[in-house]
Amino acid sequence: MERPLTQHITFPPLELRQYEAIGGYQAVRKAVRHMQPKDVTALVKESNMKGRGGAGFSTGMKWSFVPMDVPGPKYLVANADEMEPGTFKDRWLLEGNPHQLLEGMIVAAYAIQATEAFVFLRWAYKDAAIAIRKAIAEAYDAGYLGKDILGTGYSLEMHLHTGVGRYMCGEETALLNSLEGKRATPRAKPPFPQVSGLFGKPTIVNNVETLSFIPHIINKGADWFKSLSRTADGGTKIYGVSGRVRKPGAWELPMGITMRELIEEYAGGMKEGYGFRGVLPGGASTDFLIDKHMDITLDFAGVAAAGSRLGTGTMVVLDDQTCPVGFVHNLEHFFAQESCGFCTPCREGLPWTEKLLWAIEQGRGQEEDLELLLRHTEWLGPGNTFCALAPGAMEPLQSALKYFRDDFERHIREHRCPYHDPVPAVPASAHLHHTHHL
Amino acid sequence: MLSMTEKEKIEEEIRLVPIKKAACIEALKIVQAHRRWVSDESIRDVADILDMSPEEVDSVATFYNLIFRQPVGRHIILLCDSISCYVMGLKGIHEELTGLLGIQYGQTTADGRFTLLPNPCLGTCDHAPALMVDNDLYRDLHPAALADILDKYT
Ligand SMILES: Cc1cc2nc3c(=O)[nH]c(=O)nc-3n(C[C@H](O)[C@H](O)[C@H](O)COP(=O)(O)O)c2cc1C
Ligand code: SF4
Ligand code: FES
Repeated sequence: MERPLTQHITFPPLELRQYEAIGGYQAVRKAVRHMQPKDVTALVKESNMKGRGGAGFSTGMKWSFVPMDVPGPKYLVANADEMEPGTFKDRWLLEGNPHQLLEGMIVAAYAIQATEAFVFLRWAYKDAAIAIRKAIAEAYDAGYLGKDILGTGYSLEMHLHTGVGRYMCGEETALLNSLEGKRATPRAKPPFPQVSGLFGKPTIVNNVETLSFIPHIINKGADWFKSLSRTADGGTKIYGVSGRVRKPGAWELPMGITMRELIEEYAGGMKEGYGFRGVLPGGASTDFLIDKHMDITLDFAGVAAAGSRLGTGTMVVLDDQTCPVGFVHNLEHFFAQESCGFCTPCREGLPWTEKLLWAIEQGRGQEEDLELLLRHTEWLGPGNTFCALAPGAMEPLQSALKYFRDDFERHIREHRCPYHDPVPAVPASAHLHHTHHL
Repeated sequence: MLSMTEKEKIEEEIRLVPIKKAACIEALKIVQAHRRWVSDESIRDVADILDMSPEEVDSVATFYNLIFRQPVGRHIILLCDSISCYVMGLKGIHEELTGLLGIQYGQTTADGRFTLLPNPCLGTCDHAPALMVDNDLYRDLHPAALADILDKYT
């Protein structure tokens, strides 16, 4: 099984000379010397590469929206914010093979004729920052960055930007505001960043995993890329599993493996003593899937058909001894805290959602709270808020209300959490005493 | 007053961007790197350099989780409070940690050694629960490991 993205991952990562020795920077040489920018875009489009940042939009298509005849700077940004809870795939690529990302960025930048490129890296990824800073310096020294790359006349400057912590920075238009030194609130679309992005100039924002794949597509072609996959979505995918499984971790596997293979074979199934209840297939902002979905294929269409999203492909497993209400409360706490507060439904609705869940979890929930929660999933659903954060926040909630409704009802009926607060064995005399008071 | 070093570093950032304001976050990072936190006075100083109003700079400063607008301890503890860590035993880690430190989230120990903050997913969910102290990441945590970790920081 081929693992193009991860086969050369090492800690510490390969230095430039070592990376070149395994064929590194051949894609840059090929693209800037022998291909027209539009041919690079056409090849990526032909490969059917879909963005790995969550939305799954065609990468080549996105690049093709950049107007190529406008004067002035254009920008390329690698989205390395990765703050979605449960998601840890990009960290692996950033720390383990920074040159692969840089090479992908140079090729992508060439395709859109960008003059400057940024890695937008989250603050917490300290090792990645060191690795990337070093790799950028090496790439400049070797003539892969800077003025007149490999004597072709194409020039590109690259910068590392480290964030100061906010989930919204991962949303591509909010990211651009943050790069401009502002609050990370999203921008209205259209105009799309491809036309008017950073400082009002054409800008492409791509995920780290997406960009890391580009050199391989350039070197080996569109058909090879498609052949890596078991389904219509090409390539391999970095899948991850966390939670109470035997072997939590991340693996590069063919796109379209089944959930059963991932959870049972790679993650080793549930830990001794724990049962499987459900899984968020693609990070905190995706709908739960349950037992009956075990045999779905993990590609964009397969997960969508089951009522969820492939998202980042890194899954969080809910086991039978973790309270689903507590689980969802934890998620909504995150989303409420990270809401940028720009639009009212999300700013007001998420803290409300969180409070309702907390009350239910604490045994203070009312019958009508479930109806109220359901209505929130509509009020904050697609089309009612300015960006995708709020609808994303509603995905785990709406599916939890569907699949784990009994648990919510039991909390309300019994005025307690049946998981955190097991009923102590009550002696018969206590019962008598109790009824006496009634 | 900003030091010469801080000023020079901020000027350097300004040269990298097409409009001065765009250096705002970088300027705040520079000040924080030198003073550990960003005071009202620093906000005014940064505003002066960038031709912004102090309110504008403050609105940026307060937006980001890791720009501190209050004094913090010598070491920052970021405890991941997101979902995989929650499932894998956050509660026990949190109890042990707050017990050892004698403080809650958002507080600083009386000796000024530690500030404890909750932090969204640290991106190491397959090794949950996790926390960071300054630049150091600790994974696969067990409550019993915490005392030794804290001992490393004076
Ligand atoms: C609230 C929010 C946070 C996001 N965070 C990230 C992130 O950390 N990394 C990422 O690549 N995409 C993130 N995205 C998706 C980006 O907006 C964008 O779709 C993606 O970076 C495009 O890259 P791709 O086309 O290569 O997938 C986020 C979206 C939203 C709404
Ligand atoms: S949906 Fe939430 S995060 Fe998105 S713009 Fe509105 S308030 Fe901000
Ligand atoms: S949830 Fe704690 S590291 Fe991801």
